[in-house]
Amino acid sequence: MAKQQQQQQQQQAKKPKKEVTKQYEQYVKQFTPRPKYFTNCAKAFVVGGLICMAALYIQNLLMKDGMSEKNAGAFVTVILICSAQLLTGFGVFDSIGKFAGAGIFVPITGFANSMVAPAIEYKKEGPVMGVGAKLFSLAGPVLVCGISAGTIIGVIYYLMK
Amino acid sequence: MKNKLGKQTLQFPLLPRIVGSYSIVGEKEGKGPMAKWFDMVLEEDTYGEKTWEKAESKMLKQAMLQALQKSGREKENIDTVLSGDLINQIMSSSFMARDLSIPFLGLYGACSTMTESMILGALMIDGEYASNILVGASSHYCTAERQFRMPLEHGNQRPPSAQWTATAAGAMVLSATDKGDAAVKQGKKQQHGQEMKEVYLSHATVGKIIDTGIKDVNQMGAAMVPAAVDTILRHLSDTGRGPDFYDLILTGDLGLIGKDIALDLLSGRGVDLTAIYNDCGAMLYDKKQDTHSGGSGCGCSASIFCGYVYDEMRLGKINNALLISTGALLSTISSQQGESIPGIAHAVAVTTKGVI
Repeated sequence: MAKQQQQQQQQQAKKPKKEVTKQYEQYVKQFTPRPKYFTNCAKAFVVGGLICMAALYIQNLLMKDGMSEKNAGAFVTVILICSAQLLTGFGVFDSIGKFAGAGIFVPITGFANSMVAPAIEYKKEGPVMGVGAKLFSLAGPVLVCGISAGTIIGVIYYLMK
Repeated sequence: MKNKLGKQTLQFPLLPRIVGSYSIVGEKEGKGPMAKWFDMVLEEDTYGEKTWEKAESKMLKQAMLQALQKSGREKENIDTVLSGDLINQIMSSSFMARDLSIPFLGLYGACSTMTESMILGALMIDGEYASNILVGASSHYCTAERQFRMPLEHGNQRPPSAQWTATAAGAMVLSATDKGDAAVKQGKKQQHGQEMKEVYLSHATVGKIIDTGIKDVNQMGAAMVPAAVDTILRHLSDTGRGPDFYDLILTGDLGLIGKDIALDLLSGRGVDLTAIYNDCGAMLYDKKQDTHSGGSGCGCSASIFCGYVYDEMRLGKINNALLISTGALLSTISSQQGESIPGIAHAVAVTTKGVI
């Protein structure tokens, strides 16, 4: 009985606290400027589109010279990754990322950046425990989730077939 | 307890004095609106060091040693160094102190460390355990960023409520007031042909942790506001002072959003501070510098207290100020485990009048 009362009391104590948090969050929202969703989307669309256009242009160029579509695609990917890595190394990528957001982050350029950025950052902690340990600190979670989701979808696809 | 007022406020009858201070900031802060108040602006945030941590440590050490020099005291005269920063195991402070050979107490109060160190330093002097105490705090954008957020070159977008950890350090020498010194007695001293006032610590209010349940690490200012407001109200009621007693009430790093919330919350409690209230985080950067909601970090309040506030008080333009450093006591682990952000704020009352 006493325990029940205690639980009830705890629940009562908990409920208002949650409400207070919710109220305060709502209150804080009035003071916080909203992110500029529309301009951010527009910027991301233009930059992302330009990257894809450039990629397609290079692919067409390579295919014109007699490369197969599959090989040309692989080369384009490598070119995109290399340029993103170089831009990260020169310290330009973060400025582009700030401007374009998902536009540069969703293509493979974002993935390249998420590998090189920690590699530069943790160089000072040594090649093994620094770069080695931290290289996948940003890309790792993406890989794990991506591969897991891929596996699940693959199994479902297999069963449906 | 003859020196305790109300629930949380301490008074210092021996009036510990600030006898020297030094502020040092990074490149970006040196381009901001407060630039002219800082003693030194770094040309490069690496400060000639190989790692960011070393750079922060060197910055803090420079602030400490220069404050010491400006105070006219020797290393041997300093009884204890009190210092803190944001890096794990307060690395910057410990490594700063390792070849000072002065007794050292490391502090952690997140961004509230500056007033925390001032309060404890003042207590040691007022309790007559020390005659000279060196206090300080530092933060560095690059060390904080790699510990709490993302690698520097990672190309992400920051939300509008995010704050920019200041690359800055500040240090002060607190000293027991020498009653025999006639100039001190009058509260005046000539320097460079100008009358300089003495600056004393008169009261301190130790804050409680207040957690409103905010979990968003990009809403740090808003998470700390209730603690700051609580400390301000508590200080005013404990001392019986009205808000008009102060020429300046300055919080540490609530930022632009936090400043607005604080003013609104205070006016809701019937205290209007619009004319005298400001926030170091809101002052440190220009809007054009695109830091979103302003500055944060231990160095944010430390550099502004040691630069702007101290200098203005010496000139007599500010006579009574209430300094409140605000801290968000979260860790990288706590936020990943879904914990909310506990906020804290400590206040120190500084005055140019040599009486309580």
